Amino acid sequence: MKTLFVAIFSALAFLAIGQPSADKIMEMVDENMSSENRIFESTMTIHGKRSSRTITSRSYSVGDKQSFTEYLSPAREQGTKMLKLEDKLWIYNPSTDRTIQISGHMLRQSVMGSDLSYEDMMDDRKLTDTYDAKVIGKEEVDGRPTWLLELTAKVDDVAYASRKVWIDTERLVPLKEELFAKSGQLLKRSTLTDVQKIDGRWFPTTITYKNMLKKGDGTVFKMTSIKFNQDIADYLFTKAALKQ
Amino acid sequence: MLLALKLAYRNLVGAGLRTWLNVIVLSFSFVVIIWMKGIMVGWDHQAKTDTQNWEIAGGQYWHENYDQFDPFTLTESHAPVPESMQEEIDRGDAMAILVTQGTIYPEGRMQSILIKGISPQQTLLHLPTQKLDTTLNAIPAVIGSHMAKVNNLEIGDFVTIQWRDVNGTFDASEIFIADIFSTNVPTVDGAQVWISLEKLQSMMLIPGEATMITFRDSDVERADIDNWTLKTQAALTANIDEIIKTKTVGQSVFYFILLLLAMLAIFDTQVLSIFRRQREIGTIVALGFTKRQVVWLFTTEGAMHSILAAVVAAIYGIPFLWWQAKTGWTMPVETSDYGMAIAQTLYPKYTLGLIIGTTLIVVITTTIVSYWPSRKIAKMNPTQAIKGKIQ
Repeated sequence: MKTLFVAIFSALAFLAIGQPSADKIMEMVDENMSSENRIFESTMTIHGKRSSRTITSRSYSVGDKQSFTEYLSPAREQGTKMLKLEDKLWIYNPSTDRTIQISGHMLRQSVMGSDLSYEDMMDDRKLTDTYDAKVIGKEEVDGRPTWLLELTAKVDDVAYASRKVWIDTERLVPLKEELFAKSGQLLKRSTLTDVQKIDGRWFPTTITYKNMLKKGDGTVFKMTSIKFNQDIADYLFTKAALKQ
Repeated sequence: MLLALKLAYRNLVGAGLRTWLNVIVLSFSFVVIIWMKGIMVGWDHQAKTDTQNWEIAGGQYWHENYDQFDPFTLTESHAPVPESMQEEIDRGDAMAILVTQGTIYPEGRMQSILIKGISPQQTLLHLPTQKLDTTLNAIPAVIGSHMAKVNNLEIGDFVTIQWRDVNGTFDASEIFIADIFSTNVPTVDGAQVWISLEKLQSMMLIPGEATMITFRDSDVERADIDNWTLKTQAALTANIDEIIKTKTVGQSVFYFILLLLAMLAIFDTQVLSIFRRQREIGTIVALGFTKRQVVWLFTTEGAMHSILAAVVAAIYGIPFLWWQAKTGWTMPVETSDYGMAIAQTLYPKYTLGLIIGTTLIVVITTTIVSYWPSRKIAKMNPTQAIKGKIQ
């Protein structure tokens, strides 16, 4: 009864104002994109100043707290595995046959030379828990209508003082995100493209990360196959699975 | 004794070209060893003086977590300036320095740097920090010439730096290159940017905090302060001593080869003398010299090579060494990437100990080498020797 009341109230609010609140939008995006678990294969192309290199991997994740990634190519990275459990991250290197925990300041290092840091991958707190969000307008991104959300940090320990997120109004997926320093300087931009309908939900399959202070084309992360709600064995999310 | 010296001198000069060849080779060893050791002493002196002038002054207190070789310790290496140092800081005899990690983006390239905060009014170090006392939209900064060269920066340039405050939140701003200094101390130059201490404290959200305290007076007796570790001048320059020691050991191989060549020549000369002058030896013994005296005569003769060599070395060596001390020796390779305080031009420094030490080493070695073949004389039969029979 209570849920029905909230739903009716939200629908009425939506009709009255013409657009949902920022928190509601974020909630809808979460609902669209989150799944019990997912398995995907991806390529990460790191564009350097002189050359580019591509790393392929297969990842298994449950919610946003557990994930296991195995790197498939190139030969140098093949067999490297990464396990994330809550706020802990371990990396297994087959050439040394050792597992190390990435912690503290090591999290600030780049992942395999890309524009992404381990920390970027680790921050799994909900944006609504760490930022005050408000809708500041509507814009078109690549011909798609979007809501433009501005997020301002409400806690001290966040990496970026503010963010802007462009959310596709119909497909409920983010299409662009900009991360800002405290001074207001734009630091990073992610562009999400190739939005496809997979298992009844819209999902961006290519993400381009770009450090805006650095020259270059950034890092392109492309999901080549993705499956939702699969049977994933629990043992995969244990340290023992890293050495197998 | 005097007779032995006189005889030795006469025989030596009488040997003509053979003596002079030996003397020249030996004198060359003298000059080269003194020069090379002089360069090492000069480097040691220069490196320590420059390090004091540019980096450590009279010594430092480091925050207990600070490890200069581990930039990851930097986020935990800051604390309020200890009260016991405040008076010295107010007097201008000590200063606080705050260090944090950052990134600089010259022309869109990315480079990790250390951002160091220092008082613009400081007079402890030669850093041109007074240039930081400028009001601008960008943050005034001074950098070293090596940093400027690597990042293609010039005075008046604006460049973006990025850092994280104490909570880990990113921030970025432009800095203005107010001055570029030239120093031989890479630890204040490479991959670092100096800005005002107060500005860095506010950027990091840690007003009044520092990573290290540098003080002027090295003679004052000091002890550790809570959370701060005392680093004396000697401790901070210990790495220079170690590098010089390693280099000196490496150089010793060169001295050894030089001396070996000279000693081989002297040894040969001695063996030849004893072989060719058997009759003379027999005659001298017949005249009443003991065998020991004859051994002494030949040893003195050999050892006198080194005395003559010292004289010859002084004739051409003193002007050469003096000229080198004045103009210095410019290293044929770029030294700024060495990672330690080393000037492009090194000025040798000759101490009395160095000269006496080198002379003693050469004289003693020559004496031993001269004595070695002379021992054979003691076994000679004088009658056979007079007859000139080979023994």
